[in-house]
Amino acid sequence: MLRKGIALAALGLALLAGSAQAATHPKEPEKLQWSFEGPFGKFDQAQLQRGYKVYREVCSSCHAMSQVYFRNLGQKGGPFYDSKYPNPNDNPYVKALAADIQVGDIDSETGDPIQRPATSADHFPSPFPNEAAARGANGGAIPPDLSYISKAREGGPDYIYSLLIGYVNPPAGLTIQPGQHYNPYFPGDLTASWTGKGHVPQGGVLAMPPPLSPDRVTFDDGTRSTVAQQSRDVAAFLAWAAEPKMEERKSFGLAAMIYLLILTGLVYASYRRIWRNVAH
Amino acid sequence: MSGHSTYEPKTGFERWLDLRLPIVRMAYDTAIEFPTPKNLNYWWTFGGILAICLMIQIVTGIILVMHYVPHVDHAFQSVERIMRDVNYGWLIRYMHANGASMFFVAVYIHITRNLYYGSYKAPREVLWIIGCVIYLLMMATAFMGYVLPWGQMSFHGAVVITNLLGAFPIVGESITTLLWGGFAVDNPTLNRFFALHYLLPFMIAGLVAMHIWALHVVGNNNPIGVNVKSKEDVVPFHPYYTVKDGFAILVFMLLFAYFVFYNPNILGHADNYIPANPLVTPAHIVPEWYFLPFYAILRAVPDKLGGVLAMFGAIGVLFVLPWLDTSKVRSMRYRPTARLYFFIFLVAAVVLGFCGAKLPDDPVIPGLTSFTVIDADLNSYVWLSRLATLYYFAYFLVITPLLGLTETPLPVPDSISAPVLSHPATTPAGAVASPEKKG
Ligand code: HEC
Ligand code: HEM
Repeated sequence: MLRKGIALAALGLALLAGSAQAATHPKEPEKLQWSFEGPFGKFDQAQLQRGYKVYREVCSSCHAMSQVYFRNLGQKGGPFYDSKYPNPNDNPYVKALAADIQVGDIDSETGDPIQRPATSADHFPSPFPNEAAARGANGGAIPPDLSYISKAREGGPDYIYSLLIGYVNPPAGLTIQPGQHYNPYFPGDLTASWTGKGHVPQGGVLAMPPPLSPDRVTFDDGTRSTVAQQSRDVAAFLAWAAEPKMEERKSFGLAAMIYLLILTGLVYASYRRIWRNVAH
Repeated sequence: MSGHSTYEPKTGFERWLDLRLPIVRMAYDTAIEFPTPKNLNYWWTFGGILAICLMIQIVTGIILVMHYVPHVDHAFQSVERIMRDVNYGWLIRYMHANGASMFFVAVYIHITRNLYYGSYKAPREVLWIIGCVIYLLMMATAFMGYVLPWGQMSFHGAVVITNLLGAFPIVGESITTLLWGGFAVDNPTLNRFFALHYLLPFMIAGLVAMHIWALHVVGNNNPIGVNVKSKEDVVPFHPYYTVKDGFAILVFMLLFAYFVFYNPNILGHADNYIPANPLVTPAHIVPEWYFLPFYAILRAVPDKLGGVLAMFGAIGVLFVLPWLDTSKVRSMRYRPTARLYFFIFLVAAVVLGFCGAKLPDDPVIPGLTSFTVIDADLNSYVWLSRLATLYYFAYFLVITPLLGLTETPLPVPDSISAPVLSHPATTPAGAVASPEKKG
């Protein structure tokens, strides 16, 4: 009797623990299909190239990517990898892309600060000289470094895509401070600025204005430049930037898995053989 | 078990060495000839798996140190550099980060195995206590390792946990100041955590040697919990258990490889890829999954010092378990009542893990407000944690001592080789608890 009761109580506890919690949560990011998902997934190089263009022409005016070097663009698995140039520093496309960008340096003769064209050995420059300048230009918020943003947010590329396409007019009853923008995918708590009826709206406000608009970027491969297309492509580019070794990792993993599986099978066979005469 | 060595030096050099340093003899006695019960099941393979885990952590850790920079301004970037620019750095770092999780998976299974089969009972108390110390050091090592990449969770996790020690009266404040190397978590903290994170695994390795030494004095327990009685009951460790452990280790490696190659960040928290910023506190500070049950116990107690004591007590109680358990029967195969309470204990531990990941005041059943008891609604994770915490301690402090005195165990087989079935006269129907699980 007692034992049954305890077992039931335990079952009840287990069920309770499984159920979800409720609070003011942002909207679930839209779940997209990505070419780089799954154990055999690879980046879509054309998509990465378009994504780079979106970053370069739009996002880079506010966001640094200081972990990414121009040479990375020409590495295996990167947007401008060309098997003719195993050393990305020789890749003429990468050199040309770098040379388009000015980076700060010191004149080695006079010691004066100068601007010079970047080389493949430079990392992407920061748009602001320091944090105070970044804050000052963005209503008090610092645009985060985008090198690893894809790993630093729950949902990764799905979240970034959703955030970029997600800007909508705030529902009536929500007070938005100047310089702030409502986005249902951005985590936040709007209880304090909500005077409307019904539930507090999902999401939060952020200092980034909607950065994309139709035809904001012209894609060289003729792809139609909708906001959704730009968002998808830049999210894929950021996923690559966060995990530039992903393709190497997965192909290495395949070899490791095959090796381990064969070895496991062999050792299991030896186990059966060695133990065959032992009653246990 | 010890005392009779069958090693015979084969070459002249081995004979010469054997008289001066019998190291080959020792290796032979521990890893080749060691008589091992022949009925060990796969739960017994986790010891070998743990040894491999420790070696993987040490080897990958030393390679990481070659590239890691223990400074608040460089630590985060140096870990990113390891993943981007060091050849196979991503492999080393993902092996180390996921290796820590795999290590804890293995140690939790290993401890559960010991609890179920009563392996902590006489004469294995010292063996068990060394194991508890290893587990404690593993937790300290993993906690300090998690601080090293200096992401948001690293920093704020370190702040939360080190602040707890401040709850101790009189000495608390000095301990935190000493740990911090100042008056807040900062560069000196990172540096001393780095030094200790390098040191502790080698202390663990030393304790593992003692653990194995103690094991070889008393010998393995086994699924029926009956002492080895004759030569019929045992097989030499090699090749029988080298091959069985080897197989289990490889299966474990397959799981490990899945995480490293295909899902390396799933066990971690996204916030730890945001560089540490003391001025921005993450909305929800959670420790790594393997600490969650203890984190829930900590938060279950409304008083800070009480919470800290409960958290440490939850581990401390393991140390005295051999003297809390009054049952003479080792294996729970023959203790159906104890088995039931034990499974509830496992459920309570898992529930605590869930609660540790939730906000304490969030409702367990969404949208239902019941009534407030003391400081929180009854339908909240904090109350669920309290319930589970209560059971956790009651299991060790009340149920285990009482059960041994009150329960009627099933008949236990005479020996490993003589299955209980050969004594039909003394065996009630259904007495053999799942004999198919033996191998
Ligand atoms: C006008 C400057 C500006 C531009 C252009 C801009 N951003 Fe931002 N971005 C910001 C600021 C400022 C923030 C910080 C917002 C906050 O925390 O309130 C931000 C935040 C973000 C975040 C982090 C959101 C989070 O979860 O914390 C992402 C991701 C992001 N931007 C992506 C992009 C992408 C991709 C582009 C290019 C398509 C872009 N941004 C263009 C200013 C900009
Ligand atoms: C008991 C064995 C060990 C455990 C459980 C362990 C655990 C951890 C954990 C959890 C991290 C954080 C990983 C992350 O999320 O980034 C870490 C980082 C680190 N560990 Fe260890 N470790 C062990 C042994 C060692 C040893 C022996 C060394 C060096 C000799 C070492 C060096 C490092 C370094 C340099 C880092 C920072 C790099 C990084 O964060 O990836 N570890 N460790």
